[in-house]
Amino acid sequence: MAILKDELTTPTRPETVTLPERRTSLISAAELADLDNHDALAIRRVSKRFVKHGGRSWLPFGLAGARRPKVVRAVEDVSLTIRRREIVGVLGSNGSGKSTLIRLISTLLIPDAGSVEVFGHDVAREERAVQRLINRVSVEAAFFRKLSPMENLLYSARLYGLPAREAREQINAILARLGIKPDRIGQPLESMSRGMQQKVAIARAFLTAPILLLLDEPTTGLDPRSKQDVQVFVRELRDTHDATILLTTHDMDEAEALCDRIAIIDGGRIVAEDTAEGLRRAVTARLGLDRPATLTEVFMAYTGRDWEQDEPEDEEDNEADDK
Amino acid sequence: MLQARGLAVARATLSGARAEAGKGYAFIERNWYLTKRYWAWEAVWVTYNIVNALSVTFIAASAGQISGQRFSPALLNQFVVYLAIGTAIWTYISVVFDQVTETVTMERWEGTIEYTFMAPVSRLTHMFGTCAFALLHGFALTAVQLLVMGAFFHMDLSHAAWGAAVVIMLAGSISLIGLGTISAILPMLFTERGAQMAYIIRAIILLISGVYYPITVLPGWLQVFSHISPATYMLEGLRLSIQQGKSVVALWPDIWPLLICGVVSVPLGLYIFNRAERFAKRTGRLKRNG
Repeated sequence: MAILKDELTTPTRPETVTLPERRTSLISAAELADLDNHDALAIRRVSKRFVKHGGRSWLPFGLAGARRPKVVRAVEDVSLTIRRREIVGVLGSNGSGKSTLIRLISTLLIPDAGSVEVFGHDVAREERAVQRLINRVSVEAAFFRKLSPMENLLYSARLYGLPAREAREQINAILARLGIKPDRIGQPLESMSRGMQQKVAIARAFLTAPILLLLDEPTTGLDPRSKQDVQVFVRELRDTHDATILLTTHDMDEAEALCDRIAIIDGGRIVAEDTAEGLRRAVTARLGLDRPATLTEVFMAYTGRDWEQDEPEDEEDNEADDK
Repeated sequence: MLQARGLAVARATLSGARAEAGKGYAFIERNWYLTKRYWAWEAVWVTYNIVNALSVTFIAASAGQISGQRFSPALLNQFVVYLAIGTAIWTYISVVFDQVTETVTMERWEGTIEYTFMAPVSRLTHMFGTCAFALLHGFALTAVQLLVMGAFFHMDLSHAAWGAAVVIMLAGSISLIGLGTISAILPMLFTERGAQMAYIIRAIILLISGVYYPITVLPGWLQVFSHISPATYMLEGLRLSIQQGKSVVALWPDIWPLLICGVVSVPLGLYIFNRAERFAKRTGRLKRNG
C-alpha cells in the first residue's frame, strides 16, 4: 500500500499547469481566520428516515389496500467530527447511507434528528453560510449535457459570485490541469467519456474554492488512469489549498491511500472509526490473525458482508417516491 | 463619522446588489445557452405557435362565411385584431410558464437541481433570473409571431397607443413572475408529473381570462375567477390600447389590478416556493430523476 501512496504523490503525467491560487472573495479574511476556531464538520447524533409509499398511496380512506407506507432508516444516530485540513473517508456498501449523509451536509436534506455543523454553521438554520463554504462531487456527473464544460462551469462560477473573466481563466487552467484538451472545452459534454465528465465535475467543485469538499464516490466507474488522476488531484487540494475533504467510497485502496481516518457505515450507522492502521490492528486482534488484516477483512468484520454486496435497499430509491 | 459609516453601508449594499445581479444573470445566460443548443426544439415551438395563432385568427377572417352575415371591413378588422392579440398574449403567457416550469424539470432530468439548490443563491435571485429570461424569451417569440401574422392578415393598427400597450405588458409581466414561481413548485415536488400538472394552471388561465372571447360569455360563477386572473386585465388593457388607442390614464382600471396581482403574487410565490423547498428537503425530493 505504501507503494500506491508514493504513486499517488508522483503523478505519471507531466504537469505543465498548476492549480490556480485559492480565490477568497466569497469569504472575508476575518471569516477565514475564524475557521480554525471550529471543527470543519461536526455531525451530532443525526438521523434521517424516508417514508416509502406504495404505488396506490394517493387513494383515500385506506383504499390502497394492504400497501402501507414503509419507513426506511437511511441514516441512524450518526456522529462524526472532522478537523480542518483532514481527509476522512466514509466506507460503506451501496445503500448504506453514504449519499444521504453527504446530502445532509450539502443542505439538500434536513435532518429528522440531531445536528450538522460546517465550521460552526448549522446546515438547517444557516443554509447560505454553509453553502458558501462547501461544494460536492457526486458519483454521477450531473450537468446540462448539451452545454459545453465552459458553459456549465461558467454557470456554476456565476452562482458562487465569481466574475466571468476570472472564471474563464480558472476554468481553462483547472481543466488543463485535469488533462482535458482545450478543443474539448467548448464541445457539448454529452460527447465526452464518463471519466472526462467526472473530471469536469471535479473542476466545478474546485472552481468555487470550497473550504469543505464533499466527494461522493468520485472515482466509481472510472478507468484506472482517470482514477489515479482524480486521486492525485484530491491530495493536491488538501496539501496546497487547505481543503478539508469528506470522501465516501467503497474502494478500500482509495480509502487507505487518501484518508487520514476512515469511518465504516453500515445500515445507516457508523460502526467503526479510526485510522486505517488502527482499524487493521483492532481487527487483527479481534480475529486472532498472525498477519495484519486487510481492509476488506476489516470491512467484513464490522459489517458482516462483503464490500461488493449491496444493502437490501438502495438509499437512492428510498428518497422522493411521490411522482 | 456617521457619514463615513453611512457611506460604508451604502457601498456594501451596492456591492451586495451587484453580486446578486451577477448570480441572477447566471440563470439568464445558462438558459440562453440552452435555447441555442436546443435550437431545433425552438424552431418547432415557434412554428407550432405561429400555426396555432394563424388557425385561430382565420376564424375571425371567415366570420362572414361561418355566420352567413355580411361584415364590414372595419368590423372584420376588429375581429381579426381581437383574436390576433389573444393569440399573441397566449403565446407570451405559455412561453413564460413553460420556460419557468421546464427549467426545474430539466434540472431534475439532468441532475443539476442538487447543484443549483446547494449554491449560495437566494430563491428571489434564482426566480428573478429564471423569470427574466422567460419574459425576454416570451417577448421575442411573440414579436416573431406578430410579424408573421402581419404577413397573413391586413390589420389596421393606426389607432394603437403603443406606449400604453407597453405599460400593460410590463405591469402584467410582474404577475406572471409570481404565477410562474408558483407553478415551478409542481415539478419540484412531483418528480415525474409536476410539469404536466403545471399545464392545468395554464389551461385554467386560458379558459377564464378572455383570451379568445369576452369573459362576459362565461357562466357567472366562472367570471368570478376571471377577475382574479391577471391575464384578464392584460388582455383587456392591450385590446383597449391597440384597438381603441386608450391612454395609460384611461387604462388605469386595468393597470391597478395588475399591479396589485404583481405585488401579491411575487412575494406569495416566493413564500410558497420556499416552503415547498423545505418540504422537498425534508422528504428527499431534490434529486435527479431520469
